[in-house]
Amino acid sequence: MEATLAKEAKQNIKGGAFLIESSDAASVYTPEQQNEEQKMFQQMAREFVQKEVHPHVIRIDKGDHDLVVDLLNKAGELGILGASLPEEYGGMGVNFNTDSYLSEEIGQSNSFGVAVAAHTGIGTLPILYYGTEEQKQKYLPGLATGQLKAAYCLTEPGSGSDALAAKTKATLSEDGSHYVIEGQKMWITNSGFADIFIVFAQVDGDKFTGFIVPAESENISLGAEEDKLGIKGSSTRQVFFQGVKVPAENLLGEIGKGHKIAFNVLNIGRYKLCAMVTGGSKAVTTNAIKYANEREQFKTAIANFGAIQHKLANMGIRTWISESATYRTSGLINDRIEDLKETGMSGWEAKLVAAEDYAVECAILKVLGSEVLDYCVDENVQVHGGNGFSEEYPAARAFRDARINRIFEGTNEINRLLAVGMLLRKAMKNELDLFTPAKAIQKELTSVPSFGQNGTIGFLASEMKAVETAKKAILLVAGAAAQKFMKDIDKEQEIMMFAADMLIEVFAAESGILRAQRIAADQGEEAAALYADIAKVYLNETLENVHSNGKEAVMAFAEGDEMKFMLMGLKRFTKAEPFNTVAARRRIAKKLVDNNEYCL
Amino acid sequence: MKYLVCISKVPDTTTKIEFTDNNSKFNESNVQWIINPTDEWYALVRAIELKEANGGTVTVINVGGAENDQVIRKALAIGADNAVRVNADPSDAYFVASQIAAHAKAEGYDLIFTGKETINYNGFVVGGMLAELLDMPYISLAAKLTANGDTYEVTREIEGGEEVLEVSGACVISCQKGMAEQRIPNMRGIMSARTKPLTVVEASAEAPLTEVVSYTSPPARSDVKLVDADNVEELVKLLHEEAKVI
Repeated sequence: MEATLAKEAKQNIKGGAFLIESSDAASVYTPEQQNEEQKMFQQMAREFVQKEVHPHVIRIDKGDHDLVVDLLNKAGELGILGASLPEEYGGMGVNFNTDSYLSEEIGQSNSFGVAVAAHTGIGTLPILYYGTEEQKQKYLPGLATGQLKAAYCLTEPGSGSDALAAKTKATLSEDGSHYVIEGQKMWITNSGFADIFIVFAQVDGDKFTGFIVPAESENISLGAEEDKLGIKGSSTRQVFFQGVKVPAENLLGEIGKGHKIAFNVLNIGRYKLCAMVTGGSKAVTTNAIKYANEREQFKTAIANFGAIQHKLANMGIRTWISESATYRTSGLINDRIEDLKETGMSGWEAKLVAAEDYAVECAILKVLGSEVLDYCVDENVQVHGGNGFSEEYPAARAFRDARINRIFEGTNEINRLLAVGMLLRKAMKNELDLFTPAKAIQKELTSVPSFGQNGTIGFLASEMKAVETAKKAILLVAGAAAQKFMKDIDKEQEIMMFAADMLIEVFAAESGILRAQRIAADQGEEAAALYADIAKVYLNETLENVHSNGKEAVMAFAEGDEMKFMLMGLKRFTKAEPFNTVAARRRIAKKLVDNNEYCL
Repeated sequence: MKYLVCISKVPDTTTKIEFTDNNSKFNESNVQWIINPTDEWYALVRAIELKEANGGTVTVINVGGAENDQVIRKALAIGADNAVRVNADPSDAYFVASQIAAHAKAEGYDLIFTGKETINYNGFVVGGMLAELLDMPYISLAAKLTANGDTYEVTREIEGGEEVLEVSGACVISCQKGMAEQRIPNMRGIMSARTKPLTVVEASAEAPLTEVVSYTSPPARSDVKLVDADNVEELVKLLHEEAKVI
């Protein structure tokens, strides 16, 4: 009876529904719920990165790809490469949450992390999700141990974000025994040492299709290593296919369904990118704190100056928020996978479906996490002053390495458009009812406003109410824009981007408040006091940003009284309670500085 | 062969050291605990290597409360076969040695390993006491050990060189750098650690021989005095009168 009740009580929110529904802190997953075994896995990955990778960061950065291969093999021996693969294919079969903790640690290994991510994500997952049983048996055990290394060939000189416009061709031989691939791929991570390539090519001119191509095939050649801005230790080359014969059984999935492979693996990829960059943000924040504690100017450590504390606190706040949003989503996907498995679905299929269900959140996280990391690496350079501009210190490398995260796995612009676009599509397909609440908001605006935060008793309750109200601002703007432009809303990219920023901010702020509430419920309000500070400072910025983005959007498409009406509504929906953010940041910075590392 | 490895739980090396109870107790709140490095990296890993080469079982033993299970599981994840925890406060070296001796007497081990010292209280006498209590030979600071049946060639580091010893039969060895390389537990090891036996036994009635009266932190470093490069006399005077090094 109790078990049934518990199960019924945990009705997780559906993908994208956070915009119109409220979440309960008791059901939100946070890193504080990490179990003993997950802790050991994370510690294992941390030891590996600290002892095996960090001492060689400079060698790796100078392009020692043999070392990268050795380290990939070591990661394979430890189980890291096969962590999330099913046990029947030589993997460890750990759950989604556990995998998140591993990603966080691997995300702290600069270029090497990119090699791991490309191998385990876009390199391996297409075979797991779309391969035949024979293909899985043939390749997955080797990919799990690192015996085989994989690379993913999607992008071409003329097709980046517009991936389906690829020109690479695959022609079936007359006897049907093999395909001949002709074309050129670029920005191929791990290409210098990969054993297999996942290649996308057009069959019969326009049927976008995936293939597994052994690197040892004849007529494959590689371009020189790209001279990149960052992640210099990651092997990135062009791959040329000049009449490469591929056995017909190496076709991946169905002919003409390559887009499903290409896009679906990206949902997980975006999520994992966020878990990795969150780990990166922690490492960079620690780097800044340590430097600020060591560096003395005017006869005192610079960590004692308010200007520096402000920076350290902001790095900590954003990192913690990004982490909260990451694990909140991890928990949702994890639960969804378990639910789907109970219906008889295989683990990998469930993972694919669950990630698709939360594709909006995955896109949001990709933008949020990568921009938090970019914020942190930038401020880390600033905290380092002149030394931050020197390659003698790790701040410069972190600054360069972080930049790619806003570009790959779908640029942040594409992900912003996707997040809002997917939500609107869900609404049009009646999967998510955005229109009823949007109409209710219009009505609410014509009635007398309620003053104060009535009925808000409890830990961070008025802040949560402010988030719920800010969601109305999004519905107001996005609803009106959708009504005005109808199907052509896709062409109004600037408005979509403003809406996306509002959406990302609100999701992030809500995730932080939920986590702080959960900590308060589990450990007491005193233990959660600093987290409440974090949530409040972030919320304060969120409300400002939601207001300013909404205002710009409204001014772009509304006029006269309608515009005034909506601007008034925006103001009403983004009202912030006065809060001394300077004092709060000082409290947060004190904790960071006293511990001499990221410790939130 | 039956190998026993004694492991101690110590604070992570980055821990901020503070004391409570009138400076007589170490403040354990918010401390990240690890296996004492020389116990883990050298003693445990060498025992596992010997087992892998020659067969046998590796048992780890720890004296402490239930909160120690977490570090014991790590030893199991690295490759120990089973573990014993003596459920008692490890109040001093004699108490710990006597508890381990009681277990080892009953079980009969062929080789007993300890690390060369603990990084928390700089303890290094458990191995020697244990050997005495078990009436076994004791070799300290071993940097290399090769086995030939039940005869062992042990290399010790001594001032300016090495000393090679040979010992036969059951003995106690304290291990240091050179003995083995640290092993990061792999995921399969971590998973299997969950199901490996961890037996909890109650302590035998031995009383500690010593009691900690108080701890003192090292004095804070005084400010650096800068002496003008031309003023050698001042420098000599300060080194002589204040620093008292010349």
